Amino acid sequence: MSLEADLGLALGELDLEVELTVASGELVVLLGPNGAGKTTLLRALAGLVPLDHGRVVLDGAVLDDVATGEHVPTERRPIGFVFQDYLLFPHLSALENVAFGLRSRGLPRAEARRRAAAWLDRVGLAAHAAARPRALSGGQAQRVALARAMVGDPRLLLLDEPLAALDAATRTEVRRDLRRHLASFDGTRLLVTHDPLEAIALADRLVVLEEGRVTQTGTPAEVSGQPRSRYVAELVGVNLFHGRADGHTLRLAGGTLVVADEHHGAVLAAVHPHAVALHRRLPEGTPRNVWAGTAGAVEVVGDRVRVQVTGPVPIVAEVTPAAAAELRLAEGGQVWASVKATEVTVYPA
Amino acid sequence: MTAGARHRRAGGGSRIPALLLVPAGLALGFLAVPLAGLLARTPWGNLGAELVTPRVLEALRLSLVCSLGAVAVSIVLGVPLAFLLARVTFPGRNLVRALTTLSMVLPPVVGGVALLLAFGRRGLVGQWLDQWFGITLPFTTAGAILAEAFVAMPFLVISTEAGLRAMDRRFEDAAATLGAGRWTILRRVTLPLIAPSLGAGVALCWARALGEFGATITFAGNLPGVTQTMPLAVYIALETDLQAAIALSLVLLVVSLAVLVALRDRWFPTA
Repeated sequence: MSLEADLGLALGELDLEVELTVASGELVVLLGPNGAGKTTLLRALAGLVPLDHGRVVLDGAVLDDVATGEHVPTERRPIGFVFQDYLLFPHLSALENVAFGLRSRGLPRAEARRRAAAWLDRVGLAAHAAARPRALSGGQAQRVALARAMVGDPRLLLLDEPLAALDAATRTEVRRDLRRHLASFDGTRLLVTHDPLEAIALADRLVVLEEGRVTQTGTPAEVSGQPRSRYVAELVGVNLFHGRADGHTLRLAGGTLVVADEHHGAVLAAVHPHAVALHRRLPEGTPRNVWAGTAGAVEVVGDRVRVQVTGPVPIVAEVTPAAAAELRLAEGGQVWASVKATEVTVYPA
Repeated sequence: MTAGARHRRAGGGSRIPALLLVPAGLALGFLAVPLAGLLARTPWGNLGAELVTPRVLEALRLSLVCSLGAVAVSIVLGVPLAFLLARVTFPGRNLVRALTTLSMVLPPVVGGVALLLAFGRRGLVGQWLDQWFGITLPFTTAGAILAEAFVAMPFLVISTEAGLRAMDRRFEDAAATLGAGRWTILRRVTLPLIAPSLGAGVALCWARALGEFGATITFAGNLPGVTQTMPLAVYIALETDLQAAIALSLVLLVVSLAVLVALRDRWFPTA
């Protein structure tokens, strides 16, 4: 019981090649920058965009198979879709919006309305059943959209940026509710977002999509601990280096990096900005990795000062405000950056 | 009027050269004076009596039957044509669209002649209708309906097509993910969403059909009780009974104004 998709399609600038498996009961979050093809992937799974090649199987039933010509049209797929801007029908009330799917699947009017009302109650909107979408707040509209997608007991729930249309104040609250409602759903769930916080808060497993390709999958902890692309590294705020390992030494593009464990071949190395120390003079003593550089942008992030160091080995450091003051850090100043060998996480590329 | 519109009018109005006010005023007078003339000569005292004379009532009835018939024909045939133009890509689509709108710019009398040549008893299609089904269209009420639909349908097609092009088609996608098939989507999503355009199109189409003169008189003739609609009756009455002509004209004027008022939010959203 799961979703197995292996699909490819070209649409405008986008060239999508994705292999994706989601277990039943699992909540997979598809994370990626704008234009990576996330929405197109969801639309393809829903049958709204034709595949060029590939196969989509849900709970053992083939939804799409280009090779054999099998194609289940969107209206006969057991799916629920929450669209980014919800797309609630403006001419129908909240109740009628939720009842729409039940009605089109042939339920009698009274029964459809009864079930829709029960769902509206479940998402806390019983009082707004008669309201038109225009009269609902963003958070309320989102909950109506969720109820509308879930009321038909779909086997696959697709959510496209369900929180993106909300302002920051309501987002936290709606995210908590969303998490609760998603937890109550036993089918397969696939959620798209470009917001790493949302991804980490909701995901059982992350799938990172960049330029139409999956660049990394894993639990939120795995992905943030061992980023495999610059995009993910920047999202989770760590320094990422590509290099070739030969024992304890990594050859990078602009220098070398000494690490604690032994590795061989192409590797990735992640260094947390907290682990990067800055100095006015060439430091003496333990640190094995020292690079000269120029302080670039200096910004305050929370209770730390973040410094972009440019040089042969560009690196981001986060130091305490006291250290920054002592170093008299300013843009364009000469600094030395050092990293202890034990602070480097190395994993195969 | 909203505050925004007031600002715009005040700001923009004072910015035109004073010289333009003269022709602008003349234009306004030119458009308004004939209406004033009509109202000035209206026999208000016995307007009621004028409107219930048999020939006026007959023309009124016939106008309603023909114009509503033309609207019905336009809806049944024109709305599907609008869907075809808006949603299906096919070679020569622009040509088809041009053809659709041709009867809007064609002199109605030419339309009437063309209809005669097509649907007349010896016409391209008419001869077969006559031979096979015994149907004759010219000089019948059905013929008047046909003539009015020929001229009025493009208004409905254009308005509906514009509505279809402007709507967000992702609503149809959303409906499909909710299990709705094509007919359900059409009935429960697409048509309700384009209802304003559809309504405007129907109103325009009806107004145009109601005022139709040239194509009707050419194709369907001017037979009282059969094809003599209000505009035709006005034209005839002008020579024999000026009072009746004025009364009928007034009715048409009121209908036109009503359509204008009904569509004002659509055409003049903030004015």
